[in-house]
Amino acid sequence: MTPFLERFPLVRHIGTLGPLIALLGACLFFASQSPRFLSGQNFSLILQQVMVVGVLGIGQTLIILTAGIDLSCGMVMALGAVLMSKLAVDTGISVPLAILCGLAATTLFGVINGLLVTKVNLPPFIVTLGTLNIAFAINQIYSGAQTVTDLPDGLTALGNTFSLGDVAISYGSILMLLAYAASWFLLRETAPGRHAYAVGNNPEAARLTGIATKRVLLFVYGLAGLSYGVAAMLSVARTGVGDPQAGQTENLDTITAVVLGGTSLFGGRGSVLGTLVGAVIVGVFRNGLTLMGVSSVYQILITGILVILAVTADQVSRKGR
Amino acid sequence: MNSRISLVALAATLSLTAAAADQPIIGLITKTDTNPFFVKMKEGAAAEAKKLGAKLMSAAGKQDGDNAGQVTAIENMMAAGAKTILITPSDAKAIVPTIKKARDAGVLVIALDSPTDPVEAVDALFATDNYKAGQLIGQYAKTALGGKPARIVTLDLFPGHPVGAQRHNGFMSGFGLKAADAKSNDLSTAPEIVCAADSYGDQSKGQAAMESCLQKSPDVNLVYTINEPAAAGAYKALKSAGKEKGVVIVSVDGGCQGIRDTAAGKIQATSQQYPLKMAAMGVAAGVEYAKTGKKASGYVDTGVTLIAGKPLAGVESKDTKVGMELCWGKK
Repeated sequence: MTPFLERFPLVRHIGTLGPLIALLGACLFFASQSPRFLSGQNFSLILQQVMVVGVLGIGQTLIILTAGIDLSCGMVMALGAVLMSKLAVDTGISVPLAILCGLAATTLFGVINGLLVTKVNLPPFIVTLGTLNIAFAINQIYSGAQTVTDLPDGLTALGNTFSLGDVAISYGSILMLLAYAASWFLLRETAPGRHAYAVGNNPEAARLTGIATKRVLLFVYGLAGLSYGVAAMLSVARTGVGDPQAGQTENLDTITAVVLGGTSLFGGRGSVLGTLVGAVIVGVFRNGLTLMGVSSVYQILITGILVILAVTADQVSRKGR
Repeated sequence: MNSRISLVALAATLSLTAAAADQPIIGLITKTDTNPFFVKMKEGAAAEAKKLGAKLMSAAGKQDGDNAGQVTAIENMMAAGAKTILITPSDAKAIVPTIKKARDAGVLVIALDSPTDPVEAVDALFATDNYKAGQLIGQYAKTALGGKPARIVTLDLFPGHPVGAQRHNGFMSGFGLKAADAKSNDLSTAPEIVCAADSYGDQSKGQAAMESCLQKSPDVNLVYTINEPAAAGAYKALKSAGKEKGVVIVSVDGGCQGIRDTAAGKIQATSQQYPLKMAAMGVAAGVEYAKTGKKASGYVDTGVTLIAGKPLAGVESKDTKVGMELCWGKK
């Protein structure tokens, strides 16, 4: 007997359409509840609020598409953020160079994750659990657990805004959208991108068709590390400080965004744009519920319910194929 | 027909918005949603807002130290039209640039419970005098030890937090040890302090820290704790080691569970603070600002009382019955 849910053809496509439907539904609901919700300015604000988790989510999506997972992303980002701000403030090197050092450090962490996964054959969960702690500790030691303040303007420039009509949009939001466009193109149109899907779907089959699976994985983890560096730039720009306590829950936040966006935790299926939708869904609920005056615990409650619904939809549509 | 309906709807929306606009919106941002201290604070704010006809919005970080969550909350509350924001900063330094943005936009920002770093980053601070809270239990502990050489363990908050430093240094000053003044964010040390560890104000972390300190210095006779959950953890560790009898534990907070522990003799004395009052005063200041445009400023001490299980000669204290009446949390 077919399970109940699978009798409806729509349910089988919910993995791809579901996130957008949920987002639209949430927007309609909040628009009816608060006169302040439906404005360009408010949407710009939401984009600005999800840009850090959004860009981290790009790396997380890449890794989850290969059937891996990255627990270290938030801590690696925080390390990158503290490194770029502390270098710029303490040593007086130029802002671009400081940013470059931060990007290099997070990319290096990504490559280390990748090497441990491919060369030592460790499971990604364990590898990144280890590097999570390592990145956190290095960050605390390096910063002395002190927040870095009085940053040069160049480091916070991405947090500035430009006006489009009467809407102020932050440069950081634009950078996030560009990063999504680039990674979407990479995954859809280039060989390494297609190979990442293949490796996630069935690594053995991918290997037999001549794909250098290990090289693909290393590339994916390294690129993810780079995206954490970009997220570090955005985090510094958004909060105006280098905060060694940052990034502690971002690993789960990105996994939430990836899952809400309809990407399968089993690998091989999903889209990076879904992750953007997933991150925005969380942002919309947080913003909308605050505008309604509802306590923030309900946002956490609703996120939990949505995650379970999203994974259920993924399971059902998997069997449907 | 349709356009008429939408016109009516539009008019209704507009009049609704107009009615709501008269009501001052006040935002309250706490460190977390789960700590009873902040739950009590929210209750106090909600009751005062209802009394004064203001609309209260509340939000919180996900955990202590979650700065990004508080940044988001400030932005959302400004978008919602809040003209006053009350905040208990999770990260005293990191929140400052965002508070500056809010103040530049004309929002009155008041820190509750813990200060920003620098203190002047907000318009006003309504909080316990944490240094004094430390001094009160320091004096009590000195008398309780009665001239015995002190072997002190301090279970502190976490590095760099002003509240943690003020209570710690205040305790030392009250005990008669040389310590930094209330402005310092660094924990002072003295030979009498045989072990200092971070408890994060958490019971299980406090217990683990105490266990390690007992390994290091088994002859400890005085434990200072940042708050009562940490004190409960310390007591548990001492009890497992069979040392709970000879050790004085002092703490700060005055939560109902802490007062019960004081009455039961697990904690000897605690400095009680008043979150409900901080929040109510904050809401009143917000309503005042909405009505008259006058901003609250400076530091307002919301008071602290020493609650002791056993009164000691020469140390002014109240008993646990008084403490229970004024405590926060589940009575």
